[in-house]
Amino acid sequence: MIRDTKGDRVFSIVNGALLTLLTLLIAYPLYFVVIASVSNYIEINSGNVILLPAGLTFDSYRYVLEYKDIWNGYKNTIIITLLGTSINLLFTFTGAYALSKSRLPGMRACMLLITFTMFFGGGLIPTYMLVSDLGMRNTFWAMILPGAVSAYNLVLVRNYYQKNIPEELLQAAMIDGCDDMRVFRSIVLPLSVPMLATMALFYGVGHWNQFFDALIYLSDRSMYPLQQVLREILLINTEGTLNMAGNASEAMAEGSAALSEMINRAETMKYAVIIVASVPVLIIYPFLQRYFMKGMLVGSLKG
Amino acid sequence: MRLQTAKREGRLALMCRHYQIYLLLLPTLTYFLLFKYAPMYGLQMAFRNYNTGLGIWNSAWVGLKYFERVLARPYFYQVLSNTLTISLTSLIVGFPLPVLFALMLNEMRGGFWKKTVQTVTYAPHFISTVVVAAMVTIFTSPTYGIINKFIELFGGTAVNFMMRPSCFVPIYVISGVWQNMGWNAIIYVAALAAVDPALHESAMIDGASRLQRVININIPCILPTIIVMLILQTGSLLNVGFEKVFLLSNDAVLERSEVISTYTYRIGITGAQFSQSTAIGLFNSVVQFIMLVLVNTLSRRLSETSLW
Repeated sequence: MIRDTKGDRVFSIVNGALLTLLTLLIAYPLYFVVIASVSNYIEINSGNVILLPAGLTFDSYRYVLEYKDIWNGYKNTIIITLLGTSINLLFTFTGAYALSKSRLPGMRACMLLITFTMFFGGGLIPTYMLVSDLGMRNTFWAMILPGAVSAYNLVLVRNYYQKNIPEELLQAAMIDGCDDMRVFRSIVLPLSVPMLATMALFYGVGHWNQFFDALIYLSDRSMYPLQQVLREILLINTEGTLNMAGNASEAMAEGSAALSEMINRAETMKYAVIIVASVPVLIIYPFLQRYFMKGMLVGSLKG
Repeated sequence: MRLQTAKREGRLALMCRHYQIYLLLLPTLTYFLLFKYAPMYGLQMAFRNYNTGLGIWNSAWVGLKYFERVLARPYFYQVLSNTLTISLTSLIVGFPLPVLFALMLNEMRGGFWKKTVQTVTYAPHFISTVVVAAMVTIFTSPTYGIINKFIELFGGTAVNFMMRPSCFVPIYVISGVWQNMGWNAIIYVAALAAVDPALHESAMIDGASRLQRVININIPCILPTIIVMLILQTGSLLNVGFEKVFLLSNDAVLERSEVISTYTYRIGITGAQFSQSTAIGLFNSVVQFIMLVLVNTLSRRLSETSLW
């Protein structure tokens, strides 16, 4: 057989080395957050945490456990993610299957109607007014229904159906007496597992990380999803720092020691909060990796 | 005449026979009509002096007043220029890197290490914008940020990156590359997997080196995919996403960070100037749509690759 030449071997080594370096570079910020979450924040702030944790402590996680807003946010986000993703999948897969029947009258027109929304839309204010008029502000529906179907995902699944499910199979089932609903339920859906996994991941992560809709539609603090709570803790520095560990003026009265204790808490918690909020998603996606690689390949090629 | 009726009855019969398919389509179609087309109808707010009490239909028609007003504002051009600067820099830096990364990844032999490289480089894509913005803030902090620790290590003085207007675009673009380079490469990895191995075999028999094969086989094979991605990105140059800009910016850098999406938010949601904000949004959508069509037409002429 043809052997690699010397030049090819050098190429392989350089290529592998560059990719390894790149991977380390991308992984480092994530790694840093992990080690910082178990380090004393004074050590972090004096620059002693670079490759290993310093002043090992699990206080940060204890503070996170004690911080009620996070768990309330967690609860809200889980509700939104579960309900939202179920609706996303239901709408996307039923719609995509129907649209894949392009020989039925009207389907091509509907497809055009939907594709057009990928390139043009009403924009922020008209959508905001519509959601308000429908009475969905300050309800979880505002986080779910305005994005119930992504046109892009719909097209992806429809292309997958057109290319991967043989028409003969469906016709055979019809001859055996199945109606369209039955064919969809018993034949098409079981064949869609890779696509279902891919879409559940895409939509699920979308809901987990959803921030903008919460910002404009939810003003009731008890309904804040995780990302809104995170923003308060991590980004709205002064306000958030004081808010988070309790009542600021109360602390002032007790003297500056209590205040600095609060700031300690806030600083310590920061990294653990990031971990607690991101870990569910980061644990799930590697298991679905082979599905979404395949799903994106099949769905994105033009028929 | 009779043939035509027969044909029409045929269509109707086909529709009746498959009425369940139409039932399956109903929820999705309703969604698009309600949440995508109804707001397009609401766009007429841009031409009316919208009054909450009167509703859209009864508010006074004012024609192009809001468009004229916004085009007369110097600040609008600042916003437009910020938007273009951010998206063009993102395109120039962020577009070629995933292609290069995919080509390199494709040259890696399969196995555990390759899978690890992929899993790690996809990871940042799954992290929320809020967390990414927080991480950027942490890493660039003038007091404890690791970047400034390095600067001080080499004898420099700490820089408050987040408060410097000139640093906003680099911060935005670099964090974007970190977050999405791996993910955006997937589509090219997939395209590379579809390259016919026979091409490589015959090139190897002719004595082509691996680098030569990458340049002469792999790149031409994925060119159509590259072009489609380029069309899509060029067509959405005015579409700089809201969340990251909003979360990374502060009053100190607003002169560089305000883009169309944050501007419509500030005017419309925070300021409750509904008609004015809708006008800016509509202007944006129309320009964007025209750009997409233009880029697509250009591409069809030059490379016979097109979106539709």
